[in-house]
Amino acid sequence: MFKRIRFRKKKEMPPGLFLRCPGCANMQYKQDVDERQQVCPECNFHFELSSRERIAHLLDEDSFTEMWGDLAPTDPLNFKAKKAYKDRIEASQAATGLKDACVVGTAELEGKPVAFGCTDPKFMRGSMGSVVGEKITRIIEHATEERLPLIFVSGSGGGARMDEGALSLMQMAKTSAALARMDQAGGLFVSVLTNPTMGGCMASFAALGDITVAEPKALLGFAGPRVIRDTIKADLPEGFQTSEFLLEHGFLDMIVNRGELRAKLAELIGFCVGEDGKIVKKPRRGAG
Amino acid sequence: MAASGPSYLDFEQPIHEIEQKIEELETFADSTQLDLGDQIAQLRLLRDDLRRDIQSRLTPWQRVQIARHPGRPVAADYLEGAFTDFVELHGDRTFGDDGAIATGFAKLGERRVLVVAHRKGKTTKDRIACNFGSAHPEGYRKAILKMQLAEKYGLPVITLIDTPGAFPGVGAEERGQAFIIARNLLEMAKLTVPVICTVIGEGGSGGALGIGIGDRMLMLQNAYYSVISPEGCSSILWKTAEKASEAAAILKLTAKDLKRFRIVDEIVPEPVGGAHTDPATAVDTVREALIRTLDELEALETEQRLEMRYAKLRSIGVFLEDGVLEARRVEVGSTAD
Ligand SMILES: [Zn+2]
Repeated sequence: MFKRIRFRKKKEMPPGLFLRCPGCANMQYKQDVDERQQVCPECNFHFELSSRERIAHLLDEDSFTEMWGDLAPTDPLNFKAKKAYKDRIEASQAATGLKDACVVGTAELEGKPVAFGCTDPKFMRGSMGSVVGEKITRIIEHATEERLPLIFVSGSGGGARMDEGALSLMQMAKTSAALARMDQAGGLFVSVLTNPTMGGCMASFAALGDITVAEPKALLGFAGPRVIRDTIKADLPEGFQTSEFLLEHGFLDMIVNRGELRAKLAELIGFCVGEDGKIVKKPRRGAG
Repeated sequence: MAASGPSYLDFEQPIHEIEQKIEELETFADSTQLDLGDQIAQLRLLRDDLRRDIQSRLTPWQRVQIARHPGRPVAADYLEGAFTDFVELHGDRTFGDDGAIATGFAKLGERRVLVVAHRKGKTTKDRIACNFGSAHPEGYRKAILKMQLAEKYGLPVITLIDTPGAFPGVGAEERGQAFIIARNLLEMAKLTVPVICTVIGEGGSGGALGIGIGDRMLMLQNAYYSVISPEGCSSILWKTAEKASEAAAILKLTAKDLKRFRIVDEIVPEPVGGAHTDPATAVDTVREALIRTLDELEALETEQRLEMRYAKLRSIGVFLEDGVLEARRVEVGSTAD
């Protein structure tokens, strides 16, 4: 019985031609979704983008120069459960062609120079270990030194990466301390939140934008919905922890559709930088 | 301590048995006027040997259990025993007053300081009022507001960390748990007064880190500090909370591990068997460590101290660059325990 249904499904929908949208639960033509930057034509659900796709969709063509691309993870805890962390890293590296879950560099956005970074939700759910924390910190420091606006797109459902233990936890402190210095130097950090961004990533750099925007219907929060349900032993309200929920509660500046993101970010940056497109140096007033 | 008398962890049972024996002999000696002093003294020596033996073989999971022991000194014990003249300051000026974090002025020796402490409570009623040490956003907002008050008047900040984690609930998310904790990390990094953070019991993930950025990080010998609770890790890895003991071992969450990762600067020793066996001594040891550390920090120029604070955070992490291990960041070899 089970086999027959599977066979029929296969026959009706050849692999690769359709995909099921998690937003409306309907089958969509893959080509339609591809043409709209991985957005569902029916319900506006925004599918996860790999870092490569994100760079292609958001930044000016061929403007991105990657930095510190050779930083690679190791296994400081010798973390082994059912699967060893080492093996999981290797599998993710093979599947994505990346060394770890974060890509950073410089680019242009509608001709404006920016420092740019993103986490890749397809590499261990975009979680933050030593490499991700180090690369984020370096791009923050680079943006601060070069007086570049920083755009960082988070897609980090995995939060702080468990497999590197307290070292991952402390990347929250490291990235936030770097953003504190950037803030004191008058820098501009535009944080773009995408589905999903949770836990240690949401509770550090991702939440510290001078301007914070999100793609629609993204899952954004501190604790995972399952953990909350298990703790309070009750169902969660409709739309809980979505972009729309966060906007309503005052934690976002705006929700922007993927197709309009480049123009909107360029417009926002335009209000904050000087005529040369760079951060305006301010005389230091005290330590605050 | 709790009126119900001491409670014992399963691996402390042999000690429990000897202590029962001692008590029996004491009662017997009292009622019969017999001199059993030698026998009792011998049993006490035996008990102390046994404690040392257990201490030397503690597993990470047993340390987690000690860190959660109901008789372990909590914020209230430190506020009474390590500090004087504690004046509590309430409220976050936005939403409410979170019982899970206590803040206020106090004296540490001769010095005026500001204390921020996770509060767990000592009686069942207290514990519920403190939400078992799990703070909401208003707790973290209260903490940073009072720290900024300390900044204004040049008072050093002492934080005492003891939480299973920030509270995972509907209200906490509605009020921006992630955003408020993140803001605390950024604002604590900006403080220019000396800041000492001490993990006195449970260092539960982001909820611990939310009051955990400073110039120095101290950690009690049997405290733990982890990116996720052993139970949470166990349910992710094995789909059951039953394997918390294995999870505790692979997470590398003991004071010794954290020192090796250069996250913790100093391990504060506990009385043999754990802080719960002699709370007064444990509290006093922390007090001395805080005073000594504050002496060291105040001897530094502010600019130099702030550079060191940043450099320390900046250096945490282990990775490969150009194929070379950035291993200098991790101290190889063992630390005195
Ligand atoms: Zn859809």
